Amino acid sequence: MVRIQVTVDGQRCEDEVEPRLLLVHYLRERVGKVGTPVGCDTSNCGACTVQLDGRSVKSCAVLAVQADGSEVTTIEGLANGEWHPMQKAFKECHALQCGYCTPGMIMAAVDLLSNNPNPSEEEIRDGLEGNLCRCTGYHNIVKAVQMAAAEGGAR
Amino acid sequence: MNDVVRPVMQDAVAAAPTRVDGRDKVTGRARYAVEHPVEDVVWAWPVTSTVAKGRVTEIDASEANGTEGVIAVLTHANAPRLGETDDAELQLLQSDRVAYRGQVCALVVGETVESARAGADAVRVRYDEAEHDVVLDARHPAMFTPEKVNPGFPTDTSIGDPDTAFAVAAVQLDATYTTPTEHNHAMEPHATTASWGADGTLTLYDSNQGSTGVARVMADLFGLQVRAVHVISEHVGGGFGSKGTPRPNIVLAAMAAQAVGRPVRLALGRQHMFSLVGYRTPTIQRLRLGATTDGVLRSLVHDVWEQTSTLDDFAEQTAVISRMLYAAPARRTTHRLVRLDVPTPSWMRAPGEAPGSFALESAMDELAAACDLDPVELRVRNEPDVDPESGKPFSSRNLVACLREGARRFGWEQRDPTPGVRRDGRWLVGTGVASSTYPARTAPSQARMSIGSDGVVTVELNAVDIGTGSRTALTQIAAEAMDLPTDRVRLRIGDSTLPPAMIAGGSMGLTSWGSAIVKGARQLRELVGRRDGAIPEDGLEVTADTAEEVRAVSGYARHAFGAQFCEVRVDADTGEVRVPRLLGVFAVGRVINARTARSQLVGGMTMGLSMALHEEGVVDVQHGDNVNHDLAGYHIAAHADVADVDAMWLEEHDEHLNLVGAKGIGEIGIVGTAAAVANAVHHATGVRVRDLPIRVDRLLGRG
Repeated sequence: MVRIQVTVDGQRCEDEVEPRLLLVHYLRERVGKVGTPVGCDTSNCGACTVQLDGRSVKSCAVLAVQADGSEVTTIEGLANGEWHPMQKAFKECHALQCGYCTPGMIMAAVDLLSNNPNPSEEEIRDGLEGNLCRCTGYHNIVKAVQMAAAEGGAR
Repeated sequence: MNDVVRPVMQDAVAAAPTRVDGRDKVTGRARYAVEHPVEDVVWAWPVTSTVAKGRVTEIDASEANGTEGVIAVLTHANAPRLGETDDAELQLLQSDRVAYRGQVCALVVGETVESARAGADAVRVRYDEAEHDVVLDARHPAMFTPEKVNPGFPTDTSIGDPDTAFAVAAVQLDATYTTPTEHNHAMEPHATTASWGADGTLTLYDSNQGSTGVARVMADLFGLQVRAVHVISEHVGGGFGSKGTPRPNIVLAAMAAQAVGRPVRLALGRQHMFSLVGYRTPTIQRLRLGATTDGVLRSLVHDVWEQTSTLDDFAEQTAVISRMLYAAPARRTTHRLVRLDVPTPSWMRAPGEAPGSFALESAMDELAAACDLDPVELRVRNEPDVDPESGKPFSSRNLVACLREGARRFGWEQRDPTPGVRRDGRWLVGTGVASSTYPARTAPSQARMSIGSDGVVTVELNAVDIGTGSRTALTQIAAEAMDLPTDRVRLRIGDSTLPPAMIAGGSMGLTSWGSAIVKGARQLRELVGRRDGAIPEDGLEVTADTAEEVRAVSGYARHAFGAQFCEVRVDADTGEVRVPRLLGVFAVGRVINARTARSQLVGGMTMGLSMALHEEGVVDVQHGDNVNHDLAGYHIAAHADVADVDAMWLEEHDEHLNLVGAKGIGEIGIVGTAAAVANAVHHATGVRVRDLPIRVDRLLGRG
């Protein structure tokens, strides 16, 4: 067991964890942040994307011990207030169907805008290539990212 | 009769209500199957066979049992005995027989998912291995004629003398097409949380496309009354057919919970989904089209060879599309099946029509070229007056209108038919078209509707929202039928204790559920009317059942139609295929919510694009396995594979369908897309690819 300290969505957590524990399972099963889902286990789908110290990571590809001393933001802690502009844009543009890829897609999109506040459609499609969606055909997701960009969605 | 008024424009999409569950889904509050809080819960993980055929001779669980956190190891020797059901894939851990590689041969229960997985890794299984047979071949000696094809169609049909008609036809096309194994891969893996009550009741949070049937099957398997089984499916992360019936996850979770006396969570890993939850069978399809020089079909023969497992006969209805799409006086369709040492195939979005349309609509494109005819015009010339096999009139059929409107919007008229002559730098450019169709069906459902003294209407039925937006659309249907604003309607779905209803499948969820709600609303309004609008303190309630009207035989052939137009660019040096434009124009009856409908159609077309270019389950012949069994090796379309995909529909009024007037839209979007892409690739390069997916090695060196 290893003792770690992680700040998750502004809440300070201190836990004993096994070295093999993945960050996504730590978040879901120990901290209760089940809003971050597991989609593929092999870091291909991006459903489990969270921010680790402000940068997006696939939390199935990070060990909990690697997050020691870090700040993690999940979809549940993204909004500073009621909505984050990206969340609002995803709802308004119907950038979701089943919703399972949505938390990771939103977290990756926020990171995309923090690197490139005004991406072109092509830059959005390239930038989000690591996040798979099986329902929507991606079209509305691109529109949502554009809408969020227009409203300062990088914050 | 139907009349086409105008294509529905973007303003209809903008005006449609947004998802009622949208906020929960963008904030991470939506709870899926293994996310509902349950006390004292443990985890299970399956051990799967590493041979494709044989018997398990020994399972050594000693190391697993000694692994920290492992609570139990279930095998065929100690697992609870299950009752009989129709689905042999659900007889889990009941025998030592191995029918395919990847079949469950043990289940480890641990305090955490990590300990369950570590325990599973430590289980040693020994086998008496037999020689396996996993390759589909049309000449396989064990090919047989199944009794029927899904879901109840005749296996073979024949009208006239198609062989003679073909032999004497002025233009003959005889070509064979293949499609590979394809996997549904909804983003939420199949998952269940199971807990047994002290009173012997079984509560299951489960990811499925309809829990009425799931509860019934689970009751049969575990020897329970249906009312002792409670299945809750509040949010479901997609299904695409693979969650239409119970899959191993729910049975294993319930067995494990019974064995250890604690609630159990089981979320299958993505790798498990390549063998444990069904897939689309690979197909071999031979098309013979005989036509006049004017392109009028005289003979249409569609022969199909496909696979099933040694456990169960699953016969996909691949050639059924060729029974109704075009006129031809002489025609035949056949299906042959072979039982291989593979998992049982299952339902995947537009089962039958998706692979069948690739063959038929590619063949029609080849015929158009052979007749020197425009492919749109060829289809128009073979438009039937009535359903060619049943002789019934179509309740509405707007294929030609979809083709014409699509051609106009796509800019088809300027098309030079010559293949392989348009070049833009490195890119060879081409366009293609294909027809889409899918049956418009309705299934019996019930809805309980009540109105309180506050005027709020509560609608309860066991529908489910697997991502399509049914929660939103059903709220709209109920509000309209009650003549109330949507905020006066409360909808409860996704719970097997609610009135029984159709699954979200076969493009009949909304039509079936909506019909029950419309009928219930009529009954409720009549009840309120008889009391002059006075609603008693404890409210009024009705339960509507559509079984009678749904089962009444219709005098009409009922199908949705569409046309898909595609532009491709093929790199002349590398063979890379890009799809800059894909346009679908559909005629699907009434559209309830333009926003969710458009997303369904665009999503279906994108899955069709994915089928055309990426998706291929590769068989490991030596080991009887899948070569590619994760999302790194099994490619599905990603953001950057998709460019301008657009869907629209014609306004279509059809009073012969159901109480909603809708045809269902979940599947038609994937029908025809792959052919439209392949036809465009031919137009761009001159290379006819008859085998999906359209890989670079199938293009290079053939131009």
